Amino acid sequence: MVSLDLLINAIVAGILLGGFYAAVTVGITISFGMLDIANIAQPAFILLGSYAAYIITYYVPVDPLVVGFLMLPVFYVIGMAVYRLYYYSFELRGEQSIQGLAFFFGLLFVAEVSLVLVFGVDYRFVEAPYIGPSLHLGIIDLPLRMLIPCLVSLVMIAVLQLYLSRSFIGRAILAVSQDGLALQLMAASPTRIKQIAFGISVATCSLAGTFLIIIQPVEPSIGRDYIGRIFAICVLGGMTSFPGMVAAALLIGIVESITATFYGPSWAPAVAFGFLLITLAVRPAGLAGR
Amino acid sequence: MRTGTFLIAAALVGLAIVVLTRIFFTNEYFFFAAYVVLQYIVLSTAWNILGGYTGYINFGTGAFFAIGAYSSAVLHKLPALLKTFDILIPAVPLPVMIVVGGIVSGIVGLGTGYLTLRLRGVFFSIATLALAVVVQTLITNWDFVGGARGAYVLRPRVAPLIGGEYVQYLFLLMLGMCVIVLATARAIERSALGYGFAAIRDDEAAAEASGVPTLRLKLIATTLSGGFMGMAGAPLPYYVTYLDPTSGFSLNYAVNAIAMPLIGGTGSWLGPVVGAVLVGGLQEYLRVTISSAVNVLVAGVLMVAFVIAAPQGIVGLFQRKR
Repeated sequence: MVSLDLLINAIVAGILLGGFYAAVTVGITISFGMLDIANIAQPAFILLGSYAAYIITYYVPVDPLVVGFLMLPVFYVIGMAVYRLYYYSFELRGEQSIQGLAFFFGLLFVAEVSLVLVFGVDYRFVEAPYIGPSLHLGIIDLPLRMLIPCLVSLVMIAVLQLYLSRSFIGRAILAVSQDGLALQLMAASPTRIKQIAFGISVATCSLAGTFLIIIQPVEPSIGRDYIGRIFAICVLGGMTSFPGMVAAALLIGIVESITATFYGPSWAPAVAFGFLLITLAVRPAGLAGR
Repeated sequence: MRTGTFLIAAALVGLAIVVLTRIFFTNEYFFFAAYVVLQYIVLSTAWNILGGYTGYINFGTGAFFAIGAYSSAVLHKLPALLKTFDILIPAVPLPVMIVVGGIVSGIVGLGTGYLTLRLRGVFFSIATLALAVVVQTLITNWDFVGGARGAYVLRPRVAPLIGGEYVQYLFLLMLGMCVIVLATARAIERSALGYGFAAIRDDEAAAEASGVPTLRLKLIATTLSGGFMGMAGAPLPYYVTYLDPTSGFSLNYAVNAIAMPLIGGTGSWLGPVVGAVLVGGLQEYLRVTISSAVNVLVAGVLMVAFVIAAPQGIVGLFQRKR
């Protein structure tokens, strides 16, 4: 007999986890969904965000989330630089598919090994007042270390959604995702717009990485688990839509959390990947797709 | 050179390597290091059959490799298991394990290809990343092969057939596999199959429109490529003698299998060999002289440098000059 408390708590934990997954995926929805750049190095940038939060909070007594916000411009610049390199090395030569994938895969691996060389394989964590205590609402437990990232993440996605649909540059990004050539005919440079968009997609990693290290201790190889997860959520959510992506993130969060509660945490990683394989095979347009 | 002639020539080169090594190298370490390099020749050639010839990138080399390794671990334990049911079978010889590992991995390759190859290429690549994690999770939860703890596979003290140290036997088998894989890759290049693969790589839609059976060809490529990776993994339990999911599924295999063909050149069978010998040799050298963390970094850095600066690889550099 499945206990009801346990089930409800697993679902709530899954929703909180899903909110965090949405923050991890939003960058991929921009870079892969909108710009068609399969940035499989995204988890490496997320880990860089985690380690940035770790180093800075280690030396300066400051809240990790503040670090996450302060590092946004730094990650934005890194993202733009990576796009520049990608553009000149691959897009310009028209070789983006194979060589570009290998390039990002190489970046992912180099980043991981470099982190191992610098920090070792020990688990690193940050300190903050909200890591540890929980809110209790009746039988439901809301751990603050999950709740706060989830809420901040949803706010971040809402802001990005507003930015994309209301601002001039945001609309240009949506336009380049639909038809780059048409944008060029309107006398706007698709490359410049894509560079800004890719910068934003990497900037989200600063916050997502901070969430990650608030939620759990971090070690360099942890990023790999997120590759399949974020692409699964992105594809399941219909590639370009933020609401679809959030729905898919919540779905995967809930299913993973229930799997971990009732079958053991060692099975949880396979959930997202199973979803991905099934989605690709059966419904590649995703949940929100037509 | 015809394929038959090439096979004989490759076999002769292999034999010469064996004779020379047995004369000049009494040091066992040489065989341990050479085994790794040969293993990477097999892995990167297998990767290149799919990645280089058809242009579909497989990030899941580790999964196929580990499936081969774990099917050997199962076969190794099988006689003991059947004995409890009073069925007596002799220990399974290693060459049989290699064939079985190859078949199992080939079937997994066929299945993955079937599920994803109708989509754009990048989805296939992402699915192979996913496959690696699914297979690793399944094996981590499978107690018969040791689960997360791993399993010891004791190897016989003396090698069968040739006598001497067991690692020399492993070296010989891997050398044999190299000859087979290289001959296959080279034969594909010059056959209708190879032209079909090249047509897919250059323009899949145009190939489909001209009557190339693209899906069938891609499935042949994934099956062959996956099968050879499984074969390369099959002797692993006997090489490491202790097999656990972390070592079997190490990302290093996936990175090396992609980096070596890209560094050597993906266009021909020679590229992966050049890449595997240079990078594999360099890694073995660095492992001894500096550290094992640095040696894996080398492949990643070289790969990024080559895809940016020399997308045709080392072989491509020389061809352009000619």
